[in-house]
Amino acid sequence: MKHYISVASLLMILWLLLSGHYNPLMISFGVVSVCFTLWLSYRMRIIDDESHPIHLSGSLIKYWIVLSYKIFLANVDVVLRIIGVRPVEPQLIRIPFPKQDDLSKVIYANSVTLTPGSASIEIYPDSVLVHTISKEGATALLEGDLADIFPAKATQSNEAQQ
Amino acid sequence: MILDWLSYTLITLGALLSVIGGIGLHRMPDFYCRLHAVGVTDTLCSFLILFGLSFQAGFSLATVKLFLIFAFLLFTSPTASFSLSHSAWKWGLTPIGVREDAPSMKIKVREES
Repeated sequence: MKHYISVASLLMILWLLLSGHYNPLMISFGVVSVCFTLWLSYRMRIIDDESHPIHLSGSLIKYWIVLSYKIFLANVDVVLRIIGVRPVEPQLIRIPFPKQDDLSKVIYANSVTLTPGSASIEIYPDSVLVHTISKEGATALLEGDLADIFPAKATQSNEAQQ
Repeated sequence: MILDWLSYTLITLGALLSVIGGIGLHRMPDFYCRLHAVGVTDTLCSFLILFGLSFQAGFSLATVKLFLIFAFLLFTSPTASFSLSHSAWKWGLTPIGVREDAPSMKIKVREES
């Protein structure tokens, strides 16, 4: 139920922001389409902790801020390597996941791919195969560069479900 | 006035990063490294350009839309590059500098050549 209320308010905010018309007619159209979307997603049973992780929102935002700083550093590094200031030494490494539930795996693999200079190319049950552009990047990832800042709360609700 | 120049600077920087990403696309030795070069245009370049454009738009709904574009880019671009690299890996494209028996992956870090 909590999920549906949160999805409904998010959709309504999205409608108001994207339409930009605030007369009663347009708002009632918005309400109707939000209700229709909620009914469809209820029928499809697609709203759960995995598709709409509200239990994570606080720690996820903190994680994204740290991650964007890392992405900035990685961008500078890759740009230097493209120009030729630093050497290009491709590496292939296997990194264990910091958490074992599906949602954390997806967030982790996506963060690795989002960071320029490293890309996940294969998912194993307990680890991810990562291609990095440099030795330094590979060592940093193996030492837990991204895993250290990973939100610790990620597994809670998944364990509760099981 | 200051905002204008700030936005010009940001957009120019973003365009420069985009050009660098294009150069990297041609300079990098193999497919997987090219993926990293494109990662620059996916993240910092698009962020700088959208941020600069939002200064032009000011506090309006257009800024919200620019932010939404950025958020969607953040979610879709890693998915796209993962599906590219994953299918390349599945079809047996071995990265440069990694041993031929790589798919069995006994190694952690490549051998010194």
